[in-house]
Amino acid sequence: MTSQWYDAEAGPLVRPYAMTGGRTKPGPSNVRFDLIALVVVDDDPPGRAEEDLLGPEHRALLSLCRAETQSVAELAADADLPVGVVRVLLGDLLEAGFVRVSRPVPPAQLPDERILREVIDGLRAL
Amino acid sequence: MAYERSDRTGADDGADTALALKILVAGGFGVGKTTLVGSVSEIRPLRTEERLSRAGELVDDTGGVDRKTTTTVAMDFGRITIRAGLSLYLFGTPGQDRFWFLWDELAQGALGAVVLADTRRLEDCFPAVDYFEHRKIPFVVAVNCFEGARSYGAQEVSRALDLDTGTPVLLCDARDRDSGKEVLIRVVEYAGRMHTARLLDTVG
Repeated sequence: MTSQWYDAEAGPLVRPYAMTGGRTKPGPSNVRFDLIALVVVDDDPPGRAEEDLLGPEHRALLSLCRAETQSVAELAADADLPVGVVRVLLGDLLEAGFVRVSRPVPPAQLPDERILREVIDGLRAL
Repeated sequence: MAYERSDRTGADDGADTALALKILVAGGFGVGKTTLVGSVSEIRPLRTEERLSRAGELVDDTGGVDRKTTTTVAMDFGRITIRAGLSLYLFGTPGQDRFWFLWDELAQGALGAVVLADTRRLEDCFPAVDYFEHRKIPFVVAVNCFEGARSYGAQEVSRALDLDTGTPVLLCDARDRDSGKEVLIRVVEYAGRMHTARLLDTVG
């Protein structure tokens, strides 16, 4: 085995939770971000000045949300960040008012028959 | 803003009206979960696969699994957009026991599940079957028909797995889009039937 590691082989240069300042849980709002919770940009976001203060990962997530309503899982995949990290960063964005997050429908209320019909028809039409 | 707005005037935007449903794809290591998710869904599955090290090859029993040199360490997922505001998300569960801790989170709020089975290693899907039965998550068993594997009927598989009556078993080819679609349709149909039955139970 060689003792020299270069580039990707050396692993990430920044420990994942360094991007969150060591936090592993979203902030005081204590939101639980389900993997399929949908994130949209807030209609009335904070100003440019506040946005400039965001870190690069926060901004990357924000621009992904701007492009399209996305689930937490998709954001993690597209930003190439671990889901746990994305949850913390989204918590920041939520608290600062940049984004809003949908609550996933509780399983007890699912499935609405009409919706399921739509899903089945949609799958057939793929 | 690029997201789709609801047709209903005055309605809130995407996050409030949009609906996301989740279906899990479970089964043993190397049974074709990644293939199934990839064959039916719109986005490239999130692959966080690692090469199998020599040590890993001993842990991950790859007998009967051809040319599989990587193992999925996180999860695959894909999205199928039914229409604006209605998406179906597929999550491939980690195939190895040491990733059980990820299952509970994945299973939470799931509409239903697919348990992929390989008749050469049927026992590999026992844990998934147990898991969904205990949590009363509607699931179907889809037998991925590998070339060179002896073919069994759905009845035989159902008996071998000791499934509850009514649990659908179907044969599929995980590589084939239409076949994968059919599997998902059966999950949604079955989840609907189970849900209705449960509602009736509650009323009665």
